[in-house]
Amino acid sequence: MTITVKLFAQYREGRFKEEQRTYPEGTCAKEVVAELGIYEGRFPLGVLMLNGRHQPEEVELQEGDILSLFPKVGGG
Amino acid sequence: MADQIYRVNMSTLTFTVEEVPTAWMGLGGRGLTSTIVAAEVDPECHPLGPNNKLVFAPGLLSGTAAANSGRNSCGAKSPLTGGIKESNVGGTSAGIMAKLGVKALIIEGQPAEGKFYHLHVSKEKVEIVEVPELIGKDNYEVLDFMLEKYSKKVAVMSIGRPGEMRMLLSNISVKDPKGKLRSHGRGGMGAVMGSKGIKCITVDAESYKETTLADPEKFKEASKVFTQALKDNPISGEGLPAFGTNVLVNIINEAGGLPTRNFREGQFEFAENICGETMAENIKARGGDTTHGCHAGCVIQCSQTYNDKEGNYLTSGFEYEMIWAYGANLGIKDLDVIAKIDALMDDLGVDAIETGNTLAMAVDAGILAYGDGAKAYELIANDIAKGTFLGRILGGGVGNFAKLYGMVRVPVVKNQSIPAYDPRAIKGQGVTYATSTMGADHTAGYAVATNILNSGGHIDPLTKEGQVALARNLQIATAAVDSTGMCIFVAFPALDDPKCLPALIDMINARFGVSLTGDDVVNLGKNILKLERAFNQRAGLTSADDRLPEFMKYEALPPHNALWDFTNEEIDAFWDF
Repeated sequence: MTITVKLFAQYREGRFKEEQRTYPEGTCAKEVVAELGIYEGRFPLGVLMLNGRHQPEEVELQEGDILSLFPKVGGG
Repeated sequence: MADQIYRVNMSTLTFTVEEVPTAWMGLGGRGLTSTIVAAEVDPECHPLGPNNKLVFAPGLLSGTAAANSGRNSCGAKSPLTGGIKESNVGGTSAGIMAKLGVKALIIEGQPAEGKFYHLHVSKEKVEIVEVPELIGKDNYEVLDFMLEKYSKKVAVMSIGRPGEMRMLLSNISVKDPKGKLRSHGRGGMGAVMGSKGIKCITVDAESYKETTLADPEKFKEASKVFTQALKDNPISGEGLPAFGTNVLVNIINEAGGLPTRNFREGQFEFAENICGETMAENIKARGGDTTHGCHAGCVIQCSQTYNDKEGNYLTSGFEYEMIWAYGANLGIKDLDVIAKIDALMDDLGVDAIETGNTLAMAVDAGILAYGDGAKAYELIANDIAKGTFLGRILGGGVGNFAKLYGMVRVPVVKNQSIPAYDPRAIKGQGVTYATSTMGADHTAGYAVATNILNSGGHIDPLTKEGQVALARNLQIATAAVDSTGMCIFVAFPALDDPKCLPALIDMINARFGVSLTGDDVVNLGKNILKLERAFNQRAGLTSADDRLPEFMKYEALPPHNALWDFTNEEIDAFWDF
């Protein structure tokens, strides 16, 4: 299945802004986060959104989903 | 010497320096401006008449070495909302006033029509000088004039032409450490200053002494813990310095809550053009400055200098609210065009949010098209600045513009326009907009933190559960923090780091030799909110004013097709404390 992965803020450094990526059926968001090396990086996962909704890392992905990953960000 | 109250009467052109009444001693910033306005201003007075008062008060910790303590509060009855107003700002005025021992500066009365004055505040003295030569000048010219006259360090607060004309979107501009401008942005405080016949206020930075500390050792210790908490937090320590407040464009856009084309959609297709990541890339490539503070002692450094493609200075203090208002909401997809408008508005002294939202209303009225940055610039520079008939209509802000053009979609609460988070898709923030004593104000209780940013836990932004309690707790805490002189971004470590708030309270205790507890601080926040609400009620506002715009109840916001679905009873329960 094809998933659109969007990265933001420091996650873009050495990675990408947005990519269409292919994963086997049943892949959960956590596996994508792990594959991208985010858990080992300096910036822990801040917010995970699937199709614009906050979701836990365990959420299972479906064909065509948009997965957006953010380190902790804020402003006002 | 103890701090004093400086009082200026613009009817008689005289001043007094008074002892601080006992009841005001433990107050600063918003707590003090709101207390003074509530005690001394007739809630039924005309906000632009002789019976309103304009009050400035630095925070309890302003002027000390406490990190991020340089916010100055400005209070009055607002000509925009008709209720009480507190608007706080960075820049250099809070620290300088506090060090001079000015607990508050109260300006009352009104001079003869058409006359403008400059107030120069120095130790136990206020000079009141008529300045006909500054009439019709904008902020940077006034600033240059004052820096020439006094030292480069002098604090400067001024209004441009829109403030002189008492436009409701005018603000009060304040010199920052780099000689650029920050604003008491919201609620038409520039109009109140204009109505007092005051073009400019300067505060002497030469003869001040350092603020005294009751327990310097304890203060130093607490200050160290507090500073470390700000630096260790991933938002205040990493994200804000790297990308500025504008890092929010992408996350609010992804969540479907970025008000787009006058609150019609929740996502802007050109968000990437205007986002914080793009801004940081531009600054890096063009030789600007990604990190500087809006006031001395700031360790977060979320501000920046933004240059054009040739590396020439365009603007500074280029913030999320500004970039949203002209980007997503007015449809301009070029960050450089928005930067030029930002610099113009700094010079004129108009509120980014109220002005941007009014121009978005002007699109609906057929005056300009979405994305037409050149026309937007022209409307501000030629109409608002010069006070043409159209400029006066725009200068009245969103609510008045809507009435004159017969419009139904009016994104205001208490006549103050809604900032960069759509309340239908970020419901906790909507509760703050509805209930804040200030009108629609994102800083009054920043529920975006918990709805979107996962700070202080998470509450689903699209459901109602827990939102009223969240907005209540945040507004109470914010009212207290706004009294300390602290930047609101200390909220990020305060929400997630248990060491942060106790260290803040320890600093207050060490400064004044008192022994406040966490409960005392919560009670301070509650008292401020109740005092402000009581003023508003006496001014004629009711629970019917604690409501979001009606169109948000029936016009669904894409992409989540979210509606504003709180009942009146649910909203009114906010005040059950």
